[in-house]
Amino acid sequence: MKNILIIARKEIQEGLRNRWVLATTVLLASLALTLTFLGSAPAGNVGASALDVVIVSLSSLTIFLVPLIALLISHDAIVGEMERGTMLLLLSYPIGRWQVIGGKFIGHIAILAFATLIGYGAAAAALAATGAVIDTASWIAFASMILSSVLLGAVFVAIGYLVSALAGERGTAGGIAIGVWLVFVLIFDMALLGLLVVDQGRTIGGGLLSALLLANPTDAYRLLNLGSESLGALSGMGGVAENAALGPATLISALFVWALVPLAAAALLFSRREL
Amino acid sequence: MAERVEVSDVSKSYGKVHAVTNVSCVFREGETIALVGHNGAGKTTLIKLMLGLIRPTSGTVRVLGEDPSAGQFEARQRLGYLPENVSFNMALTGRETLAFYARLKRVPLDSIDALLERVGLGHAADRRVGTYSKGMRQRLGLAQALLGRPRVLLLDEPTTGLDPALRRSFYEIVAELRADGATVVLSSHALTELEGKADRVVIINRGAKIADGTIEELRSIANLPTRIRVRLSDAADSSVNDWIGRTGAWKRVNGHMLEIDAGPGEKISLLRSAASPDAPVTDLDVVPPTLDELYAHFLGAGEAGR
Repeated sequence: MKNILIIARKEIQEGLRNRWVLATTVLLASLALTLTFLGSAPAGNVGASALDVVIVSLSSLTIFLVPLIALLISHDAIVGEMERGTMLLLLSYPIGRWQVIGGKFIGHIAILAFATLIGYGAAAAALAATGAVIDTASWIAFASMILSSVLLGAVFVAIGYLVSALAGERGTAGGIAIGVWLVFVLIFDMALLGLLVVDQGRTIGGGLLSALLLANPTDAYRLLNLGSESLGALSGMGGVAENAALGPATLISALFVWALVPLAAAALLFSRREL
Repeated sequence: MAERVEVSDVSKSYGKVHAVTNVSCVFREGETIALVGHNGAGKTTLIKLMLGLIRPTSGTVRVLGEDPSAGQFEARQRLGYLPENVSFNMALTGRETLAFYARLKRVPLDSIDALLERVGLGHAADRRVGTYSKGMRQRLGLAQALLGRPRVLLLDEPTTGLDPALRRSFYEIVAELRADGATVVLSSHALTELEGKADRVVIINRGAKIADGTIEELRSIANLPTRIRVRLSDAADSSVNDWIGRTGAWKRVNGHMLEIDAGPGEKISLLRSAASPDAPVTDLDVVPPTLDELYAHFLGAGEAGR
């Protein structure tokens, strides 16, 4: 365990030093603040809580941005260190390969969690500072949105490691990572939408739809944050959520599975890789 | 002397490429061993096998009593490794980098300042590794290999990129380690540099061990002639044959210089006759075969044996 923490600490140290932490935090904060103040203008009097509007816009932002950031920091983790030659030295130390992956995972999640908490927290704080009335339920929804965003980040960090353990070169890993992002964030949903339109509800029932939504971690995240009652009406996701009939527990478990399976696969592949 | 590293009949192949074939060797306590071979001869593969970074296709490796690839890391705590072309994360400082490795080896952090001083990086400890020169990175690499008083040190081409002064201080450190009882394995493609530094030489060619012994042993096995160079006061060829007592086997370097290749058996008699009052010799140099010649001899013998 100590080894994992030593690696995690070094990842965070490096992230701070090469400005990854700063860049992601500033990016998330500035986009979150922009969305908060642009988004609250039209929603002023429709009865929706101001923070709920922010949750809807930030969730949509998360789906695009967090997987991208996660893949960017993780796709290089194994193949990059191998190519630079630092992995060779590290593995001659008394440390297991799974500990290297575990430590990097914790370090990268910590960087993402910090950026998300500070970035999105800044938006909520700014909103509260303008005097908007925010009830407890909205605060809870906001907190769970931040937590699930970190979880979504963990999923893509794990997928990035899997890519990194598979790829023979850094360039290949980068290309695959972009492909993964395109598939999960854009293509999958478009294809699913097209399928539903063509099918007209004849063969695809609630069960199959649920399975298809769970097959994409970003959809699980979307349903988790945008499917609940008050937010569902606001985001237009209410209809899908009802048909799919997936509870928060199922969605959260799906995200955990999506994080742990690629992580385990990456650790297995890495442990078999010859240096 | 306790055996620290035992490589028994080890082969390693990558697909159809045989990187190492049937190598056996034993490295003991307090020994400094030179692992010599061309680039791509299998030196690095052998070192990786000793580190447990790769598994042998056949045969066994034991380092400090453990199988290094079995996943137990107690031995690695007492093992130092300097890779060929060592590299570090550019964003961290020298001290931070060394502290990271010290934590992994459970070495007290207060020892790292002394270590940085020892390799001559004390003044640059708080600079980023990205600003270091090649020689400074190499010294940082040596510093991390020395963490925690290792009993076995595997140094892969340790002096490439070091200037002569640094090279000397590097070998001073190696001598201290040897005096302390550490087993030091130095890999190199230049045997000459290791003269007087290594107790034993292991020559590797195309993945196979072709020679193993002290430099003196290798010399006597190779039976290479000693080169005797004499300066003459009078330059007549015929008289040379007279006092040498044989014809041929010598060549004229210039008007007053002769070079004679003497086998180990005839060396003394040749020197006697060159030093006798009738020989017109004004000066004399005895040049034993250089390590490079020795190395070339073993490589040639290895090739012929194929």
